[in-house]
Amino acid sequence: MRANPRKIAARLVHVLILFVFTVLLAFPFYWMVVATFKQNLDMYKMDNNPFLFNLPPTLANLHLLFYETRYVRWLGNTVMVGVIVVAITLLLSVPAAYALTRLTGKWGERLGIAIFLTYLVPPTLLFIPLSRVVAVLGLQDSLWSLVVVYPSFTVPFSIWLLMAFFKSIPKELEDAAMVDGLTRLGAFLKMVIPISVSGILTVIIFTFTLVTQEFVYALTFISPEAHQMVGVGIPIFLVRGDVYYWSSLMAACLIASLPIALLYNIFLDRFIAGFTVGAVK
Amino acid sequence: MAVVETRNLTKVFKEGELGAVNNVSLATHEGEFLVFLGPSGSGKTTLLRMIAGLETPTSGEILIGGQVVNQRSPRERRIAMVFQSYALYPHLTVYQNICFPLKAQKVPKNQHRQKVEWAAGLLSIGKLLDRKPRELSGGERQRVALARAIVREPAVFLLDEPLSNLDAKLRASAREELEQFHKNIGTTTIYVTHDQVEAMAMGDRVVVLHQGVVRQIGTPKEVYEDPADTFVATFLGSPPMNLLEFSDIIVGFRPEGFLPADLVAGNKQVTFRYRVKYVEYLGAERVLYGSIEDGHFESKEIISRLSWTMPTGYDAGSVHDFAVAESDLRFFDRKTEKRADPRPYPWQ
Repeated sequence: MRANPRKIAARLVHVLILFVFTVLLAFPFYWMVVATFKQNLDMYKMDNNPFLFNLPPTLANLHLLFYETRYVRWLGNTVMVGVIVVAITLLLSVPAAYALTRLTGKWGERLGIAIFLTYLVPPTLLFIPLSRVVAVLGLQDSLWSLVVVYPSFTVPFSIWLLMAFFKSIPKELEDAAMVDGLTRLGAFLKMVIPISVSGILTVIIFTFTLVTQEFVYALTFISPEAHQMVGVGIPIFLVRGDVYYWSSLMAACLIASLPIALLYNIFLDRFIAGFTVGAVK
Repeated sequence: MAVVETRNLTKVFKEGELGAVNNVSLATHEGEFLVFLGPSGSGKTTLLRMIAGLETPTSGEILIGGQVVNQRSPRERRIAMVFQSYALYPHLTVYQNICFPLKAQKVPKNQHRQKVEWAAGLLSIGKLLDRKPRELSGGERQRVALARAIVREPAVFLLDEPLSNLDAKLRASAREELEQFHKNIGTTTIYVTHDQVEAMAMGDRVVVLHQGVVRQIGTPKEVYEDPADTFVATFLGSPPMNLLEFSDIIVGFRPEGFLPADLVAGNKQVTFRYRVKYVEYLGAERVLYGSIEDGHFESKEIISRLSWTMPTGYDAGSVHDFAVAESDLRFFDRKTEKRADPRPYPWQ
């Protein structure tokens, strides 16, 4: 087979673009890894190449992170709040989105938009009234305050996302399932949900990410070190006065972000399907 | 098997508006192939969906096998339905699709494979069992939908325009297969279509619907030859029946019965001077469009259909003696547009 020069050129451009993006996206991770294992002396000397080890690597920074802060506890807190919030979000948004798309006619869509609008009110505005709510509930300094507050923005977004998803499922499929022997609930559980796996996965990943990166509520509602979320604990306890523990900071961020990055990659295709559904027929 | 019956069945979607289905009473025969025929918006699909239990009637009763089923959910009615889009479950293989009703109805597991293979064999799709619906052609999808419908041996089959998504050629062969299929299994079948050719070819009887009202129920021969009103007369047949209005009466006759005078059989006939305006040549037949030179009806377009065996020479612009046998005339009341008794035709 003779190679077509135009095809080779196209292939080269393709590879080049991929290469540029790969470097662009992987580089921050590389720098974080390098920084994690650097000695302080190496880090702060301006003549040194910042991207390479100029002195032998060390585990001291990880030791600081794991033994002199409550990093593992914060990770655990984040996972716990994340899992509970994901569960609450799914429990509320899946039936709500289904009901809004299927059962309420024209008002369903308007109500869906109205619910989505609440997502657009920023936490920087809401944390003041919500801190009153948290106080009334007696949840100050407790992780449960976040479990109560986080669904206020994860649920509207998830409803909106799932509505687009359910709308793309033909109604005849549910009719067929009901004629074939299922109840409406059965058709919802055995037909609609399996077809919507992409949308539900998207909701899970997105909700978890929102919980991990949320800052304002986590900062204002909780003070004790043991009850911090990872996103707040790191900047509070690894920046002491004007001293930045850069290497430990990098290590903390790296460890917290890797699982989510992996999760994104595993479900990338379904994730994209979740966001583009309804965009193309 | 079972008989389906509706009693004064009515469905009103919006209060104060005309119903989608109005006061429909009909009954199938045992093992019959009954066709609901009507233009779009005539309520035929709504009627079918009420029988299936997917729509709740505003009033009236539905009986399947002699029992009122209004309060029963679709799954309790022992019906199977094939949808216009086939509604195959996209995330399941063909095997799982066909098996789905068995699982949903809690048929013992050890019978599943045997029943699925029986249904698949009946429709010769045994080789497709491992595929997903998106990997099938239109015709194959239709067969899978049918297999899924028969697998649990329902009392009644409901088919909602199952051929409308197929191209013309496939449609003809699928129609034949469906007829054959119905002969083999003999289950009472209700078939919805807007295609009169399908209705005439397949139906044991045809229910003609218009604006949610039953206009006529009868065999294809009855509804074609003895239409109950002017709607049925003009909806069936292509080109439609010629209608001439005169004082309180409408006289109708089919284009294929309106022929050159010397070709009309029988001695009792009505003759007109017919001016041909233009001719459509369709191979097996010629369709003449023209008018009757008789004062009363000059503006009315009258159609004649000549088969290819008949003599030529009826060109645009020419005037001839055309006639209809008296027995081919149909009379309708002008006010009610319903069928009326024959009477002397007043224009002669």
